[in-house]
Amino acid sequence: MHAPIDCDLHPTVPGLPALLPHLDPIWRETAIRRGLDELVPIAYPANAPITVRADWRGEGGQGAGTAGRLAAEAMAPFGTGTAILNCLYGAQVLFSDDLAAAFCRALNDWVAATFLDRNPAFRASIVVPMTNAELAVDEIERRAPDRRFVQVLLLVGGEIPAGRRTNWPIYACAERHGLPVGIHAGSLYRHPTTPVGWATTFTEDYVSQATAFASALTSLVAEGVFAKFPALTVVLLESGVSWLPAHLWRLTKFWKGLRSEIPWVTDPPTTLVRERVRLTLQPFDAPPDPAHVSRLIDHLGSDEMLLFSTDYPHWQFDGAAALPDGLDPGLARKIMVDNPLKTYPRLRETAP
Amino acid sequence: MTIDVPPGDVRPQAGPAPASSTRLAIADCDIHPRPAGAGIGGVSRSLYPYLSQRWRTHVETYGVIYRQPWQKGPAYPKAQPQACRRDAWPAGAMPGSDLGFMAAQHLDPNNVGFGLLNPLTSGQGAMNPELSAALTHATNEWQIAEWTSKDARLHGSVVVPYEDGPAAAAEIALRAGDKNFAQVLLLTRTAEPLGQRRYWPIYAAAAEAGLPIGIHAFGYGGWPITAAGWGSYYIEEMVGHAQAQQAALASLILEGVFERWPGLKVVLIEGGLAWAAAFAWRMDRQWAKQRGEVPQVKRPPSEYMRTNVWFTTQPVEEPEPRQHLAETIEWIGWDRVLFATDYPHWDFDDPAHALPIRMTEAQRRMVFRDNARAVFGA
Repeated sequence: MHAPIDCDLHPTVPGLPALLPHLDPIWRETAIRRGLDELVPIAYPANAPITVRADWRGEGGQGAGTAGRLAAEAMAPFGTGTAILNCLYGAQVLFSDDLAAAFCRALNDWVAATFLDRNPAFRASIVVPMTNAELAVDEIERRAPDRRFVQVLLLVGGEIPAGRRTNWPIYACAERHGLPVGIHAGSLYRHPTTPVGWATTFTEDYVSQATAFASALTSLVAEGVFAKFPALTVVLLESGVSWLPAHLWRLTKFWKGLRSEIPWVTDPPTTLVRERVRLTLQPFDAPPDPAHVSRLIDHLGSDEMLLFSTDYPHWQFDGAAALPDGLDPGLARKIMVDNPLKTYPRLRETAP
Repeated sequence: MTIDVPPGDVRPQAGPAPASSTRLAIADCDIHPRPAGAGIGGVSRSLYPYLSQRWRTHVETYGVIYRQPWQKGPAYPKAQPQACRRDAWPAGAMPGSDLGFMAAQHLDPNNVGFGLLNPLTSGQGAMNPELSAALTHATNEWQIAEWTSKDARLHGSVVVPYEDGPAAAAEIALRAGDKNFAQVLLLTRTAEPLGQRRYWPIYAAAAEAGLPIGIHAFGYGGWPITAAGWGSYYIEEMVGHAQAQQAALASLILEGVFERWPGLKVVLIEGGLAWAAAFAWRMDRQWAKQRGEVPQVKRPPSEYMRTNVWFTTQPVEEPEPRQHLAETIEWIGWDRVLFATDYPHWDFDDPAHALPIRMTEAQRRMVFRDNARAVFGA
């Protein structure tokens, strides 16, 4: 039997100097000359409780920045056999397309050298300069031949909604290479996370990330991405889970009333999303009563949508309790192994 | 403001409509009246009796400017004229502008015993704060003159220039104790999240006046409805009102508004309700870990939702099977749910058909009548 597959965990860039050896000389020189010494986005304030779980705080309070520590802390306790690394750093947040592209290249190469080359259990997502589809496609083409890269990574808070046609070259390229597109919590900070302006606190911003995912999903459906790219899978990463059924009910109701506006959406959004969208498990945002978890799974209407994740080093649960209480054991197995294997074609190439 | 009804089933049953006299009264917490007749600059001449010459001249010269692209009409083209039912147009007039027509089409046949008026084109969110104050004041005067004084079933909402907290508070204070009004009305999409300090004078005044705060979908805050900018389609905006209300609710709770004004009642209108439980779980989990950042929040966020927040039904979510909706209501409590039709808009929920879920008699009465009594009753 295949060991659990963790579909969302985060290696920590120890600091911008770690990326310098991977930057093209012109950009390395630029970073040094201009005093660019850190690019940690504000999405997770360094010392906030959920940014790094207390028992996972190492040197400087950071999560694992080395392959050995990452495997020991994020994989071993869960019996994880394969782990997909989604590196959250500010590379794609930079306002200059060229600088963003340069740092994305450096970041992906740093992940390959620091993690993928040192432990065959690791896989990773390709970080791309999201605001320029042409440069994003270049980066996908550059890294996709390396089969250890299994996904393209975007952030939910982009410059334009995920479904907009400007982004379609990214989806076409991902589909061509058999790479799902993962959309992770976080933002380029071109717009507030909420539809009503900038939040006051990290807690409010983090809570509102779920609203960002809801509207990103609406955009992907409404713009016809799933119709245009029939082999594309979208994975929502660290999106929360329990908000999804109610959102799909509302979206599908309005689709019934307004589908003449988006005639390319020929199937109910609920059906589309169940077939084409996957979500990582943490945070699940579970009900307090475990008995209600099975009701929620029923509301989701599919046992194929959830993918195991620890969201290491973010603090979503204590100890090794990565599965919410109340999950049916058969479903838990699907979440841990079967669903990730179905979602990521490249994982099947090396599966026993 | 009591709702006088005989005992029995408060919800008209599906099927052939019985005579209205045999139906039992319901509360409709979202009805949209509209000033009759056109005007220059987007302000109906029906409001002129309540506007000074200074503002009549102003709107005729400069119009009403919002944080959106068009001189006239909404940011996204609606799916039908004025987003209204095709059959809701009185001869030669705008939907919702004629009391007699509204009574004959909606209030009488659906036996609305308590109808809450939520005027939407009232100058709320206009960029000029003084114009917003003048227009909202006029709209309140107009509600009394044209609606609440003419039909005892109808109750007004105090519309306020909410981007200017002190001016909004002054308008609320002016209406305190006036039985023509049952709530203060805000729109969801504000310039900042609604829990922030600039809006606190509104909550202080509403608490003082004993008026609930209704927060209706839509608004003119100038921010895109998604975290990634402006969507392309009207459907994205319509679906997104739920996310906007979630963000507004998070702001109210996390800024400590309900700790500061423990008796404040907030009614979320037209943003759906099936999401409420899951959103509460998400907030509770973050609060449990990071309450140090929000020490003003003394209790789990879900508890404020249980004591201070209500949700109107329309446009009610329609899962398949339908009974999943009842489960989500169970999770927030049947006492949180207020029936609404959204008359005369296109997505009107017909009280005879809109909630095809199994309810006990007690639950049915709560949703269609008793909860509204508890929130708005004297």
